[in-house]
Amino acid sequence: MAARQLRSERTSEWLIRSLLVGLAALWMIPLIWIVAMSFKPNDVLAMSTSGLLPIPFTLKNFSDIFFVSMTPRWLLNSAVVALGTTALTLVVASLAGYAFARLDFPFKRTLFIIVLAGLMVPEQTLVIPLHAVVTSWDLHNTHFALMAPRVALPVGVFLMTQFFKAVPKELEEAAAIDNASRFTIFRRIMLPLSIPALVTLGIYTFLHSWNDFFWPLVSATNTNMYTITVGLASLQGNFAQTEGLGFIMATAVFASLPIVIVYLIFQRYLVRGIALSTGK
Amino acid sequence: MTAAHSATSPKHIGISPRFAFEPKSSAKRRDGLAALAFLAPYLIFFVLFLAYPFFWGVWISFHDWELVGTLRKFIGLANYWDMFEDPIFRVSIRNTLLFTAITVPVMVAASLGLALALNRENRFHAVLRVIFFTSSVFSVTVATLIWIMVLSPDRGLFAHLFNSLGLQPIAFLGSPDWAMPALTITTVWWSVGFPMILFLAGLQQIPQELYDAARIDNASAWRRLTRITLPSLKRTIVLVVVLQIIGQLQIFGQPLIMTGGGPADRTRSMVQTIYETGFNEWQLGYASAMSLFLFGVMFLASMLQLYISRQED
Repeated sequence: MAARQLRSERTSEWLIRSLLVGLAALWMIPLIWIVAMSFKPNDVLAMSTSGLLPIPFTLKNFSDIFFVSMTPRWLLNSAVVALGTTALTLVVASLAGYAFARLDFPFKRTLFIIVLAGLMVPEQTLVIPLHAVVTSWDLHNTHFALMAPRVALPVGVFLMTQFFKAVPKELEEAAAIDNASRFTIFRRIMLPLSIPALVTLGIYTFLHSWNDFFWPLVSATNTNMYTITVGLASLQGNFAQTEGLGFIMATAVFASLPIVIVYLIFQRYLVRGIALSTGK
Repeated sequence: MTAAHSATSPKHIGISPRFAFEPKSSAKRRDGLAALAFLAPYLIFFVLFLAYPFFWGVWISFHDWELVGTLRKFIGLANYWDMFEDPIFRVSIRNTLLFTAITVPVMVAASLGLALALNRENRFHAVLRVIFFTSSVFSVTVATLIWIMVLSPDRGLFAHLFNSLGLQPIAFLGSPDWAMPALTITTVWWSVGFPMILFLAGLQQIPQELYDAARIDNASAWRRLTRITLPSLKRTIVLVVVLQIIGQLQIFGQPLIMTGGGPADRTRSMVQTIYETGFNEWQLGYASAMSLFLFGVMFLASMLQLYISRQED
């Protein structure tokens, strides 16, 4: 009885495994195909796009990115915006998170609830008034305007507050007896402890900022200020059905490289961040 | 995915006890000044780029307010009444709800299935988890570019497949019947990774003893799934469903880039109409009112989660 059940479970185990492998292959085929096209000459692609291997092979699409396109500029914008957003978020969220977790001050609870209420406001519904406000400050087409709305989101403050609350009080109390200032305690004791949380928050922020679409679409109207995400959308409109297919694919591949590398290096942290950010 | 966080969070709010050895009033005053310094940098961003624009949006939604020009007239709730008479907005509501209704069940089933199949600690399953999550790191522009190509009737992967079978390729994105399902497929491929991870995190929290006991009782795999796993995952399932509803109601990039809302407005979403009303027709007041309506719908969805999880407690 038990042996038969074991055997049938083994069979279903292999069945599930092969199904998974098949599904994973289906999942990856579009990617493999796109990467293959990015290494093929445009005139070959104009006749046929079939085949999952880059034959005939060329690097011209990638060299064209550097010599005849705006892509390097857009990548630079994306890097400045994503890194800037991440740095600003880490600084302001860890400071505020420490205050909410560890300091005692008037209206703390009220203030925390107000900040958390900000989590309720979806980015998409904020774009219209945000655009009007940023227009009145004359900040459109600046890197700062692309960073600031994401820095204002409360997710980071929420994560850091939760993290600092979990740090044992004794660690701080020892320093408090030595009459260290709040900032010294924060910098010397709390910040080093929070490195894993900061890495998680940093990766999460970087990925989202790099992939932002709606806000940069309406704020950065000058082609020099496009991020790569918006720039790629504008290329699609212009080229997709004409001869530059390999070039577009190379741009997409190249534009995704930084994010895929960041993901593969830090995937453990990212996975934890997703679980944390939804309060699990 | 943000709106529901707060639904789970208020119960964590608690005022931490002061240090026992400090007198109450002086500690509070000293902390008050320090707190101001610690909070100010974030609060400046929060006020200027979130709170103020939000209330500004509420304010202009009561106006006939143009992006440029001088027309700024208080019209009360007129924008809110107008949108329900507006055939374009009505069709966008219909499409958005339809897209959400198709996509959410597919996404939840797919991510739950993957999580159940991949919840093992070994190399094989770890590699597959990375594969199924990888597509989630692409931007919406890259994901849609890939699927525009895959679905293209003359040079897409499906076209090659159909041709080799001797069939006529379908112009998925130009077809009134296929455009919406094509957007669903793109969306599931692109973002199944996030809900999958939430389910994996939920599965990790189920005590192993439950399964050990079931094994002793010789319970079949099916019984273990329906009697232990799914009931234990109930909270996560509610969370994922609500996050998905909130996320899919905001669909924007996929139809904008892949179909432009077509054919014949069949895939036009609410956010696309908000975007065009604001930035093509320059009616900021009207677009703000539409945004707030969408916000209201999403707010209801996250209240639903709060309500369901309260009922369980």
